[in-house]
Amino acid sequence: MLAFILRRIGQAILVLLTVALISFSLFRFVGDPTQQMTSQDTTLEERLQIRKNLGLDDPVVVQFARFIGNAARFDFGVSYQNRQPVAKLIGDRFPATMELAFASAMFALLVGIPMGVYAGLKPNSWLARLFQTVSLVGISLPTFLIGILLIFIFSVSFGLLPSFGRQGVINLGFWSTGFLTWEGIRSLILPSITLGLFQMTLIMRLVRSEMMEVLRTDYVKFAKARGLTPRAVNYRHALKNTLIPVITITGLQLGSIIAFAIITETVFQWPGMGLMFLQAVQTVDIPIMSAYLLLVATLFVLINLIVDLLYALVDPRIRLSGKAA
Amino acid sequence: MISKRRLFAFAAGVALVAGACLGAAPASAQQTLRWAFQGNLNTLDPYGINETTTLGLQGNVYEGLTKRDKELKIIPGLAERWEVLDNGLRWRFYLRKGVKFHNGNDFNADDVVFSAQRVVANNSQLTSRLSGDPEFVKVDDFTVDVKLKSPNPILHYAWDTWYIMDKEWTEANNAQIPPAPQATTPGFATINTNGTGPFRVTEHQLGVRTVFEKNPNWWGKVEHNLDRVIFTPITSAPTRVAALLSGEVDVIDPVPLQDVPRINASANARVLEGPEVRTIYLSFDQMRPELTASSVKGKNPFKDVRVRKAFYQAVDIEAIRRQVMRGAAVPAASLISPLFFPQISEIKRHPFDLAAANKLLDDAGYPRVGGADGVRFEVDLDCPNDRYVNDGPICQAVTAMLARVGIKINLQAVPRAAFFAKINSPIYNTPFYLLGWTPGTGDAHNVLIDLMHTRKPDGSGGRGQFNNGGYSNARVDALTDLVLVEGDIAKRDAMILEAFKLLHEDVGYIPLHQQALAWGTGKNVELVQRADNQPLFYWVTKK
Repeated sequence: MLAFILRRIGQAILVLLTVALISFSLFRFVGDPTQQMTSQDTTLEERLQIRKNLGLDDPVVVQFARFIGNAARFDFGVSYQNRQPVAKLIGDRFPATMELAFASAMFALLVGIPMGVYAGLKPNSWLARLFQTVSLVGISLPTFLIGILLIFIFSVSFGLLPSFGRQGVINLGFWSTGFLTWEGIRSLILPSITLGLFQMTLIMRLVRSEMMEVLRTDYVKFAKARGLTPRAVNYRHALKNTLIPVITITGLQLGSIIAFAIITETVFQWPGMGLMFLQAVQTVDIPIMSAYLLLVATLFVLINLIVDLLYALVDPRIRLSGKAA
Repeated sequence: MISKRRLFAFAAGVALVAGACLGAAPASAQQTLRWAFQGNLNTLDPYGINETTTLGLQGNVYEGLTKRDKELKIIPGLAERWEVLDNGLRWRFYLRKGVKFHNGNDFNADDVVFSAQRVVANNSQLTSRLSGDPEFVKVDDFTVDVKLKSPNPILHYAWDTWYIMDKEWTEANNAQIPPAPQATTPGFATINTNGTGPFRVTEHQLGVRTVFEKNPNWWGKVEHNLDRVIFTPITSAPTRVAALLSGEVDVIDPVPLQDVPRINASANARVLEGPEVRTIYLSFDQMRPELTASSVKGKNPFKDVRVRKAFYQAVDIEAIRRQVMRGAAVPAASLISPLFFPQISEIKRHPFDLAAANKLLDDAGYPRVGGADGVRFEVDLDCPNDRYVNDGPICQAVTAMLARVGIKINLQAVPRAAFFAKINSPIYNTPFYLLGWTPGTGDAHNVLIDLMHTRKPDGSGGRGQFNNGGYSNARVDALTDLVLVEGDIAKRDAMILEAFKLLHEDVGYIPLHQQALAWGTGKNVELVQRADNQPLFYWVTKK
């Protein structure tokens, strides 16, 4: 097991270096940050001096080495736009994104699994067909459109939920949370549905097809023959065995939920890391961009690692082969 | 299990009650204005960035020696009055007495002299507020002399956004100079304020919200009825519109043009439109011997005034105003708004005339190749797609219009960050481009020296840095220098007009229009929308 984890950590470092290198070589094409930091009154001479002071004139290799060296010490530099340390800026925004991602994932699981089970058990009922249609919408409509649609229905037409922002936030010192107030939860509803809808449909469709598959297997038939209640058959025997792929997908999707929060956060002006990243792209704020990309890559790698470990817990067969290897 | 659940329910209940109390507390009879803007307020330091909205927001907190009224006319601010002495070489400013900064410190001459040093210090982005190196001398606590090396009748034109800071406060917090771009900590004044203005900042969460509260001790006559203002950035335009329609915010800036009818049709909101002072224009590379991205090799067609004029006359400005801008633009004949320089109205646009444009191109030696619909030559048009109102669509329209006279435009519409890096100094890598300009000083000389004066190839030397096409006319250069030192306003205006007329005849630029401002407001909000697009809270009343 230890060897497995160590091997994975080695791979993770490689992945992170690659991500850093690719993003770094892309920054050269985003634009010149000094154009966004200065104004029409700044002379060319001053601007070139700023470029030099920021180290933007050094060869890419040197800039990259410097960045990696600093990042290894968790020093991500200072934002070009607001002159604040990137680590602090990201730290301030991190809770917002994580709470949004958590709420979306919960929504996707708590709604997606029951819908999938139902659709798997009674594939021909009208409700199951309705679920299928709804899931098509969730898969085919872009996040941006879903967000705007929800805003116009629930905020503008009915005035039920806030259309933007993260309200009712309580600061706990190391973490700011919106879960503790009614206002905070209200402002979470629309963004987390928007962000989680795609995952919900994915999980629903996955559970449905897995359920239908499992229900045809011999052991389920045998369990029925033993006279077990449908409840025990469906939930204890069938559902449990559908969960392996669901765990994989949920785990992998959690990474994309965090990464794709960029769009949802922009639509709802949700003060998370994604919104900050998008604004950083517009203003060529390289320290924020590079730190964000590295963080997302780290999260992806970590989540994958945890998923692999969870596998071993849920499925003894993997555990055994893991030991043998 | 049950006990856990109970515990959770209890905790949730407590949280809900606490939340309800927190939510309800500030909602008393206080009048709160909620203002949503598309961008962030990145710095509170008044010398941190020279950008309209930031300076405008800061202008609710800080004040200059002068102010501008609702029509942009210069009026007294922290200086009650001033006089010009010694043939224009010395200005005397009489300061307002009894003014206090928000922390209770007195405002006096020391603060003015200190602010004059700070605004030209390293890293200040507003050094141009004190161009020509004027010397500030304290005469007594409420009198300041400004000594000049040569007369400058527009010395105080941009002083409405040169905000006076408190010497004692700034020094006590070690913020004597604005933070350097590469600084590792934000300067104290970047996240804190201490001004003399009608509002003070009580909360500043970067990128989330900034709260302004009424300054009860303000010296001026209060024309607003607000207790607090909550400024929120909302990046996404549809969300901004939705927040206005649902009544969650009171003012949004800007409104996307396509949403104007819908907001006006709604029950509780409307759109305020007015002329803005920014001029949008096209221009061409008239400097290089050969264009960077064109099918013409070995020569530069834009060096020929006939080609430039043909391009000008091929652009149907009325169609752009009507179709692309949906009426929200005023066609311009020159590079400055009549709001800043009224005499500019004497210049009339070259008329839209396809036949004339075709003839000019024929005469210039660029015939259509391959019949009556043939192409004369190809050239790139560089254009931002997220900087000005409908900038991308304007360029698409221009591309289609020039196709009618046989010019094939290869449109390069990119986000502003990449755009500015490509077309601005020092590389100026563009044959034909669209750009907008607002004279930061509110004066025509700024346009002369930045857009019309001959530039060095890399734009260094502080002249013609934004004359990206390299337009050059020796007489315009001479006038630029004369205007700077001419003390007689009438003579000065005549010289400015002469320079703009030369530019017009040379067709150094194709001015397009001044775009319109569009703000959305709730119907219960009355405000002043000044043409410089500054968000000013002190003229807002809310019912």
